[in-house]
Amino acid sequence: MPATLYILIVVLMLLNFRLLASSRIAACIQTVAAQAVLFGATAVAVNWPHVQWQMGLIVILSVLIKAVLLPWLLRRAVREAAASREIEPLVGFNLSLLLGVILLGLCLLVTSSLQVKGDQSNGLLLAAALFTAVTGLFLIICRKKAITQVLGYLTMENGINAFGMAFAVNETLLVAMAVLLDVLVAVLVMGIAIYHISREFDHIDTDKLSALKE
Amino acid sequence: MTLYSLIHLALALAGAPLLLGIVNRIKAKIGGRTGQPLLQLYYDLAKLLRKGAVYSETTTWVFRAGPLVGLAAVVVALLVVPLGGVPAVASFTGDLVLLAYMLGLMRLATVLAALDTGSAFEGMGASREVQFAALAEPAMLLGLASMAVLTGKLSLSAMLAALSPAALPPLAAAALLLVGAAVFIVLLAENSRIPFDDPNTHLELTMIHEVMVLDHTGPDFAAIQYGAALKLWTYAAVLSGIILPIRTNCPWCDLLVGAGGVAVVVVAVGLVESGMARLRMLRVPQLLLAAVVLSLLALVLVLR
Repeated sequence: MPATLYILIVVLMLLNFRLLASSRIAACIQTVAAQAVLFGATAVAVNWPHVQWQMGLIVILSVLIKAVLLPWLLRRAVREAAASREIEPLVGFNLSLLLGVILLGLCLLVTSSLQVKGDQSNGLLLAAALFTAVTGLFLIICRKKAITQVLGYLTMENGINAFGMAFAVNETLLVAMAVLLDVLVAVLVMGIAIYHISREFDHIDTDKLSALKE
Repeated sequence: MTLYSLIHLALALAGAPLLLGIVNRIKAKIGGRTGQPLLQLYYDLAKLLRKGAVYSETTTWVFRAGPLVGLAAVVVALLVVPLGGVPAVASFTGDLVLLAYMLGLMRLATVLAALDTGSAFEGMGASREVQFAALAEPAMLLGLASMAVLTGKLSLSAMLAALSPAALPPLAAAALLLVGAAVFIVLLAENSRIPFDDPNTHLELTMIHEVMVLDHTGPDFAAIQYGAALKLWTYAAVLSGIILPIRTNCPWCDLLVGAGGVAVVVVAVGLVESGMARLRMLRVPQLLLAAVVLSLLALVLVLR
């Protein structure tokens, strides 16, 4: 089991790099959905073979919401707004990849000084979770399209959720419920906002919004 | 060095051209064609060796030395490469650096010979070759470095022989997958296979490696083609040791497992070539950068 867990964690880290390097929004949506599924699988793998039914339920629920419902909403928003690619991001894709490596290094450095219950793999999971959250933050800051920023928000949520999973082993349910509710509301609001922005204006480039005058 | 190392060397020297035949055969089968014979490269080499060489008057000894230096360098590289659990003919501390720079020397010889012709077209190919090599080399070296950290050995033979599931921490599987993926990308780039370069295009503005060897003829061109086949074997042998970490105690089984790994790698190359198109030139550095990231991630994992 530990080997499987390590491979899961590494794939999670790689998905973050895919988010950083990909310019296609459809690919990014797919990646975020895959990440949600993998975090669910990791949650089960960490607690294997003592999986409680409450935890199983919350995992299934969050995977359904984050890997089926939200991607569906986002794909619809992409179609409505006719924005299939992130063009001219603030930080280029190659540079994003390299910065990602540095961020990962920092995350490993930070989490190595934290006290974690359980074995070494839990510490690595913590680093992966923190890295996911930081990647989400990076996407929010360095991408221009509103949809990519929403994706960054979702990624950050994935990370925070996993962070709670690694830390509060017994209170996972509480953390997950709270975060999930937050995100659902936020993405609904943002989805509607993107839809309306694209109806009013012919682009969803957030930089142009800041140039609006009263 | 054991008797089995010599068997590996003989196998490599005799069997390397077959690898390209297998790749071409797989591409043909998937494309619905009959394809060229498996032994086509042997026929080509025999034909080229019978012919005379033509040298342009503007070239110097650098141009004539290029193919020979390249072939010699790759043979030296082959001497330090183990096949899975079978040790290499020569092994010493730090021979992985020798491997990387013998392949570098081979590239340098090809590039200098290309520049020596004075053709603008070949200069362009040379420029692309070194640009991509500068990105592929760190990926390879970082990958090998992470395996050195993982096993605590500094020579390729000892390093690959120490890779067995029982003796390594659970982290190793993840690290090996990462390094394997990175080395595979480097293999495709360095052997000018499809996502990076199309070995079938001639006289097109998009090619990298083929353009540099346009002016070589006869035995010189045979040396270049044979050198390219040996280079593919070198990378495939290293990759085979990484992706099939099965070490038995019987040398014949190790030899068989290693050769099986080489076959798996070559089939994978054929499948990638059938399924993918060439990348745009601008996207090539990004894929190589991804290989660097994979290697770095492996290194970070094992260093923790």
